[in-house]
Amino acid sequence: MDTSIIIKAVLALGGAGLVLGALLAVASKIFHVEIDPKVELIREFLPGANCGACGYPGCDGLAEAIAKGEALSSACVAGGSEIAEQIAGIMGIDIKEEKVAKKALVCCGGGKNEVAHRYIYDGELDCRMAQQIGKGPSLCSYGCLGFGSCAAACPFGAIIMGEDGLPLIDWKKCCGCGVCVEICPRGIIALVSENEEVHVLCHSHDKGKTVRSICKKGCIGCKACEKVCEFDAIHVVDNLAVINHEKCTGCKNCVEKCPTNCITVLLESPHVHPKKQVVTKTVN
Amino acid sequence: MPAEVIIPLQQHIGAPCNPLVKVEERVLVGQKIGDSDSYVSAPVHSSVSGRVVAIEPRLIHTGDKVLSIVIASDEKQEVAPSHGLSDEEAMDSDKVRAVIRTAGLVGLGGAAFPTHVKLTPPKDKPISDVIINGCECEPYIAGDHRNMLENPEAIVDGLKIILRILGAKKGYIAIETNKIDAIRHINDLISSEENIKVVPLTAKYPQGAEKQLIQAVLCKEVPSGCIPCEVEALVQNVGTTIAISEAIRKGKPLIERVLSIAGDGVREPKNLRVKIGTPASHLIEECGGLKGNPGKIIFGGPMTGFALFDLNTPIVKGTSGIVILPKEMVPVSDPRACIRCGKCVQVCPIYIMPNFIGQYIEVGMIDNAEEASVMDCIECGLCGYVCPAQRPLIQLIRHAKAKITDNRRKGGK
Repeated sequence: MDTSIIIKAVLALGGAGLVLGALLAVASKIFHVEIDPKVELIREFLPGANCGACGYPGCDGLAEAIAKGEALSSACVAGGSEIAEQIAGIMGIDIKEEKVAKKALVCCGGGKNEVAHRYIYDGELDCRMAQQIGKGPSLCSYGCLGFGSCAAACPFGAIIMGEDGLPLIDWKKCCGCGVCVEICPRGIIALVSENEEVHVLCHSHDKGKTVRSICKKGCIGCKACEKVCEFDAIHVVDNLAVINHEKCTGCKNCVEKCPTNCITVLLESPHVHPKKQVVTKTVN
Repeated sequence: MPAEVIIPLQQHIGAPCNPLVKVEERVLVGQKIGDSDSYVSAPVHSSVSGRVVAIEPRLIHTGDKVLSIVIASDEKQEVAPSHGLSDEEAMDSDKVRAVIRTAGLVGLGGAAFPTHVKLTPPKDKPISDVIINGCECEPYIAGDHRNMLENPEAIVDGLKIILRILGAKKGYIAIETNKIDAIRHINDLISSEENIKVVPLTAKYPQGAEKQLIQAVLCKEVPSGCIPCEVEALVQNVGTTIAISEAIRKGKPLIERVLSIAGDGVREPKNLRVKIGTPASHLIEECGGLKGNPGKIIFGGPMTGFALFDLNTPIVKGTSGIVILPKEMVPVSDPRACIRCGKCVQVCPIYIMPNFIGQYIEVGMIDNAEEASVMDCIECGLCGYVCPAQRPLIQLIRHAKAKITDNRRKGGK
């Protein structure tokens, strides 16, 4: 057998390999993509289940977002607090000082015991559909309709409808994704930070007299809160009290003064459920 | 004659009017009480003589609260001095449009689009065919039929005015064949007219919808997302046509309209000529009252109307009727999953696929619904009506349309 054929083949293939290898080496230098080493480190800590609960395309996507500072170190839902702390370590931040995650809060206190219906609605049990029929059956044209579109839409099962017809949000499960905010036809769900303590649980811009006639828990725009606030943090705008959370110190003077109790401290809010679980130092 | 009329300052598509009168002021019949500087708008007039008792937000049929002027009638019906225009031939087209705007005319078929705007087509799109819509928009509603029997001269006259100001070549009066008397009546009147023709059409729903009517009369399909001027056509309702004639010949503003009080839930169903602003309760009384406890009281027709929950809701310019259905005729909806029978696709007059669109919307795929031409939907309600699974198709579609319009507005900014 002629050995030269073997040698030729080895030389040809080996030579081609060397040339292409050199090309690849050059290309990898020229087209080098800078990868944040943090991404890989973070990615190692993430569970790798690619569940998508964080809202990013898989764990890789989230790792990149965290490294860029777009997502919180605690954004991984499945990972829990331990992983969040480790990731915060990589990012060089103290998890406790990091901006607290936003959570959904239903800004309405008018359940079905409070607000009557002005007509019998027999259509589909969906707030968005009900809102189309004469702007909704509820007497209050701003408050919760109570058909639970938010509960049905919540991807984390964090919302259930309470006995009073208002949604209860389990803050342990809530990830602040904002799906419920988007779906609510009346726009009464807000994303709030856990460290913002005081909130107005009413959305009505109706005049005080009208509010009083339809709901005992609504804001009547009496301005008592405005007068009692020492920090210029609460103002009645268009018949509704609005809190400026940058100025609010959480002194709760307005909470005590409010005649209809529509200003509430978060921990005591009836819509965060169950109450005790709200106090979470680390998110999730 | 109602003791009190409630006249909303927005009864049309476009900008709301500002009140021109004050509380306690005395107003006369036909006096302008609200107007706006905006082009797409129409002024409102008092339909009674009397005293303004309040200017406040009042509930209208859509469930909105709209700033309204409430007038207590003194039953004298003193008429405000009219501007007394009668020489139509001497007026140029712009003058005619101005008179129509002053008279507060809007489309009386239901949509209430300001008539002067409709009669001003874009310059590069001349109108060659004008269709007068004598097809009732919906079952139970029969006001247009009455109009055609009682006031055919005004219809022909109004059509001539429209043809003249638009420079259009042909006028058609479309009437469904179940109104044979109206067809005969109007045919007799136009025997000497060369460019006006009565077109008898099969009675079906939604024959009275603008784009469907153009298709039936002219065999032209209005392209998706376009208005009828794209096919050089213009549609006016018979009521509007009569109002145009009256506004031009007599200087009469739009203060009353013909509507049907119908359905099995009322003792004596009637077609009535009523003052704008009359509360629904007054009209139901006029028709002998309710028969038992009604299931639903609907403003407009049973397919596209608005269910009422307050009988003090006033009649507005766009109210074509009040339908009162007894309890047993109101179905209780129990929506289930789509069974893929395709009935909705079969009946859809604009050939979209409500089955898929409904499913898209249900799972929040609004973009896919938009791709499937949901915006072309005329909301006739047939798909939901025929659906054996009682799916709330029309509600889903309306929801998506609102969402898409909203998104487009945001994107536009």
